[in-house]
Amino acid sequence: MIPGLYATLGIAGLAAVTVVTRGFFLFSDREIELPAWAVQGLRYAPIAALVAVISPEIVLTDGALISTWQDARIYAVVAATAYFWWRRGILGTIVTGTAVLLALKIGLGW
Amino acid sequence: MRSLIRHPEFRRGVGDMVAPSLGIAAWGLVTGVAMVKSGMSVPTAAAMSVLVNAGSAQLAALPLLVAGAPLWVVWATAFCVNLRFVIYSAHWRAYLGHLPRWRRLAATYFSGDLTYVLFVRRFPELKRQPEQLPYFWGSTVWGWASWQAASLLGIVVADYVPTEWGLGFAGVLALLGITYSQLSDGKIRVAAAISACAAVAAFAMPLKLNILVAIAAGVASGLLLDRAAPESVREGA
Repeated sequence: MIPGLYATLGIAGLAAVTVVTRGFFLFSDREIELPAWAVQGLRYAPIAALVAVISPEIVLTDGALISTWQDARIYAVVAATAYFWWRRGILGTIVTGTAVLLALKIGLGW
Repeated sequence: MRSLIRHPEFRRGVGDMVAPSLGIAAWGLVTGVAMVKSGMSVPTAAAMSVLVNAGSAQLAALPLLVAGAPLWVVWATAFCVNLRFVIYSAHWRAYLGHLPRWRRLAATYFSGDLTYVLFVRRFPELKRQPEQLPYFWGSTVWGWASWQAASLLGIVVADYVPTEWGLGFAGVLALLGITYSQLSDGKIRVAAAISACAAVAAFAMPLKLNILVAIAAGVASGLLLDRAAPESVREGA
């Protein structure tokens, strides 16, 4: 379980992040210009952050690469990936991956 | 306030949001379940849902909070995931810039990806019009309410779902879908691959710094690719 004060501060900060990013160019009454490198960096930072968070969650167990084939995550990710390449829908991707995950976890106990 | 709600454009904003809000609701449900099944208590998850109000940033922050990462790493990661809103906000300025500061910040705080997409489709011209604000609030209120209702439902339901089902991983699958939808050109794919490898390779670093190392590696490689082949930037955009 996540400790209370840590969670409270964490959530307060995350709420501030929401306010700051959503209203970024609306704080000032004057127009703001971003430097060119920042505008270019904006293209790559969100995807880099998403991938940085999910890739260890997908391929590692306690800090080591998955060493067994009996891991439901592998098949859930493969199924989700296959669905996305077939249909391009985010919702279907989640549903497909979760269905495979649950089938293996509940059915086979992986 | 009352005249805003009675305005026909308010109803139109709600109407345009009804169909997409089914997707929002399903996504909110997954987020709610994933939060609790990753180890968050029900009140903490509910507070996070209502206050943070940003699905992918919440899901990205989740594994970091569970691992006890330093809060600045958690916030920096959420900031990067939310950077798309910085781009939207430059656009919102053209429509909402005339309002007092706290009103324009309140408006964007409650807005989401879909509010932005619908609004820009409805008002493609960067010109202020009186029916924009009622439309904005119609779609925003409906989108916000569907998201929060579903997320809170997920939080409550998750308490009855056994942890062995591993539904915390549904949050990762949700982020995976978002990631795939953003791999729009070759350079972004390369930057994403480098970031993924860096996050795994640097996993042993203390304080979850592997996340920041990976973001830096991904952005740096993207900027280098831009410099190496600038002409395909326009093509990809």
